[in-house]
Amino acid sequence: MKVMIEQRRSADQSFRVSVEGEIDIYTAPSLKEKLIPLTERSGRMVTLDLSRTAYIDSTALGVIIAALKSAEKNHCSFSVEGMTAHVKRLFQITGLMELLHRQKMTEGDHK
Amino acid sequence: MNQAADVINLTIPAKPEFVSVVRLASSGIANRMGYNFDDIEDIKVAISEACTNVVSHAYKNHNMGKINIKIECTDCSLIITVIDHGDSFDIEDAVKKMKPLDPSKSLNQVGEGGLGLFLIDSLMDEVTICNDSGGIVKMIKFLNRDGVERRADKVSQTTDRTAKTHFSLSKES
Repeated sequence: MKVMIEQRRSADQSFRVSVEGEIDIYTAPSLKEKLIPLTERSGRMVTLDLSRTAYIDSTALGVIIAALKSAEKNHCSFSVEGMTAHVKRLFQITGLMELLHRQKMTEGDHK
Repeated sequence: MNQAADVINLTIPAKPEFVSVVRLASSGIANRMGYNFDDIEDIKVAISEACTNVVSHAYKNHNMGKINIKIECTDCSLIITVIDHGDSFDIEDAVKKMKPLDPSKSLNQVGEGGLGLFLIDSLMDEVTICNDSGGIVKMIKFLNRDGVERRADKVSQTTDRTAKTHFSLSKES
């Protein structure tokens, strides 16, 4: 079980965080440690890529909620990509999908 | 007609690094029983959430805690019981908090935790939580019709199977 996080700076302010492996109570703290600081500078666009993530649970959802909050507070954009069907289902059941969409909509309003 | 359940008992230290071990075991057992991919994923999340709760909440005052996990495989269901002997918790409060995120709230009012029990309740067919010298979460996932058929398919390909699987085969025919 290993979580690897790539931080690729494609454009100036755009970051992509790819998670490979499983996000659970053991690995979530290290994801949080790397993800949250990225969302702490105004104007950044941070994308979490879950296409190579084999497993997530509420601990991962907690990290994503924390990232959303931090992004909102610091005027960043934060989005999640590459969700598998099962991950999408967890997002939908918990209402996180709606929160993510809402964040996107508010961003749209500002533009 | 009821066959005695096969029982698997696991005891792990209540530490984050062992939750994935339980998850892996449950996944292997559910796969062997013929659950479909989505059900196996549900079972993995539910059992991990139950263990995660114990690791995060049950043994705050001592670090030598253990989690007992009992997995019973019956002919039509998987019954998982996760038991700890840690600090008692307020069940009513826990059940009250068992709900999805409220989209009408602003982000800073949304908590980052508390979704674990809600997920267990959503993903499993029957869930019982009790608080008897520690915590007990008992959850059941039924093997659906589709699952039984898949399982029968698998059995026809191999001969090395238990009596229980043969029972399900005869039920099919």
